[in-house]
Amino acid sequence: MCGIVGLFIKSPKLEPELGALLATMLEVMSDRGPDSAGFAVYGDGRSDRVKLSLHAPGGADFQAIAATLEGQVGTKVGVTIRSSHAILEVPAERETALRDALGQGYPLVTVVGTGARMEIYKEVGQPADVARRFDLSSMAGTHGVGHTRMATESAITTAGAHPFSTGRDQCLVHNGSLSNHNSLRRTLRRDGVAFGTDNDSEVAAGYLTWRLRQGDSLKRALTSSLDTLDGFYTFVVGTESGFAVLRDPISCKPAVMAETDDYVAFGSEYRALADLPGIARARVWEPEPATVYSWERAA
Amino acid sequence: MTAQDLTIDLASTTLRQLNQALHRLAPDTNQRYWRVLNPRGGHALAAGLDAPVKVEIDGHVGYYCAGMNKLATVIVNGNAGVGVAENMMSGLVHVRGDASQAAGATAHGGMLVIDGNASARCGISMKGIDIVVKGSIGHMSAFMGQAGTLTVLGDAGEALGDSLYEARLFVRGSVASLGADCVEKEMRDEHRAELGARLEAAGLAGTVDVAEFRRYGSARQLYNFHIDNVY
Repeated sequence: MCGIVGLFIKSPKLEPELGALLATMLEVMSDRGPDSAGFAVYGDGRSDRVKLSLHAPGGADFQAIAATLEGQVGTKVGVTIRSSHAILEVPAERETALRDALGQGYPLVTVVGTGARMEIYKEVGQPADVARRFDLSSMAGTHGVGHTRMATESAITTAGAHPFSTGRDQCLVHNGSLSNHNSLRRTLRRDGVAFGTDNDSEVAAGYLTWRLRQGDSLKRALTSSLDTLDGFYTFVVGTESGFAVLRDPISCKPAVMAETDDYVAFGSEYRALADLPGIARARVWEPEPATVYSWERAA
Repeated sequence: MTAQDLTIDLASTTLRQLNQALHRLAPDTNQRYWRVLNPRGGHALAAGLDAPVKVEIDGHVGYYCAGMNKLATVIVNGNAGVGVAENMMSGLVHVRGDASQAAGATAHGGMLVIDGNASARCGISMKGIDIVVKGSIGHMSAFMGQAGTLTVLGDAGEALGDSLYEARLFVRGSVASLGADCVEKEMRDEHRAELGARLEAAGLAGTVDVAEFRRYGSARQLYNFHIDNVY
């Protein structure tokens, strides 16, 4: 069992409240997933710059690391520290240099996500504590996803927490379990998708990344996963401008959605949505099995 | 206690306190009408009731609302989560919105009325309950249904009535597919009468024509129906 939530803001006036709303949704889902929690927020960003979301076990002196990297990469490295995570920001063309320097100098530091706008934070612990440690409530953005984990498939570690990101500005949270993830991971690795864990959910993220790389739309990529992924799943997926939900054809895992003029919201249960503004007047429904629901922000 | 006192606001009373108060009601209680505000998707709301009282809930409820119900009438002015009225023994549960999966699962008796749609596995393993869904139902509904009736004014999803025993299924709309050993059966007068009684009990008398429904039931061809397989 896990809890997943997602919020896609349609009305700009709600964007400053994204983090606060997501934090509430996440905390309500604590009893579905008390082991660990994580979230991705799509906030400010520029297409000519890239943000790397870093995790260092037990924390690290990210300021010192950034200062050292600046010399190696040859450009100013923006740094924002939140607990055990930091966001490093550089011009997009310096991403490879930054990754190389990080990998060589700081092998214990993990890149958990990359993107122009997406930032990812995840950690072991009670969801409310995790949200507080990273100060999720203060974050603004257009959309975000979150996950509370009750581990079944791999160890309770930060690396095993969701969201998983295997492509730029792409992330996925998963409630369920996949049974063909090992063979699919091998296939995707041959096709150039990189994986950081043995977790089944990361393979779902990797599969979507691969399909998007082939030119699929998010909706089409998710539709094709119905044929490829074997197991139980409810997914909530974020891209730079998109937000989507898919349940497997059996649909054992619960899901509720709500939509108003101001937002689209997803929760494993209605409880997660109960505090959203205007929820009493929202259209509330259970997403159909094997049906992709997707929303895209106007460019 | 006045009628005013029987409005319980779950913003200020815990769900456990409410359920405990409902469980303490004697069969001859005078506290026969309870109104519940702000359910906020809470679990097991009004579950395990055993008194002829009416509980009306304003808002959406979570898992297992009115589960194991006996004698009580529970009305949900909103949507219901997984397993509403699961294992009900008697009484009436009325969901004015949609119901999630496994509505009326394993229920022995009583009546469940859903004004909207019910999702997958509606009436799974039903053992005597009468379910009336005014909208449509999802896949694998009435799986292994043993007794009772499932009446659907809309459509049914895939694998309706898979491995059915003696539950009777009436569907007015389309059926995506029938499950293993489930077949369409003739609607005789006795079935029309039974369906008419169920519709009347759900408050639909005169508004729905029984002639528009088709009946589905067990072909009784699976392993357990063969006398040679009895030990």
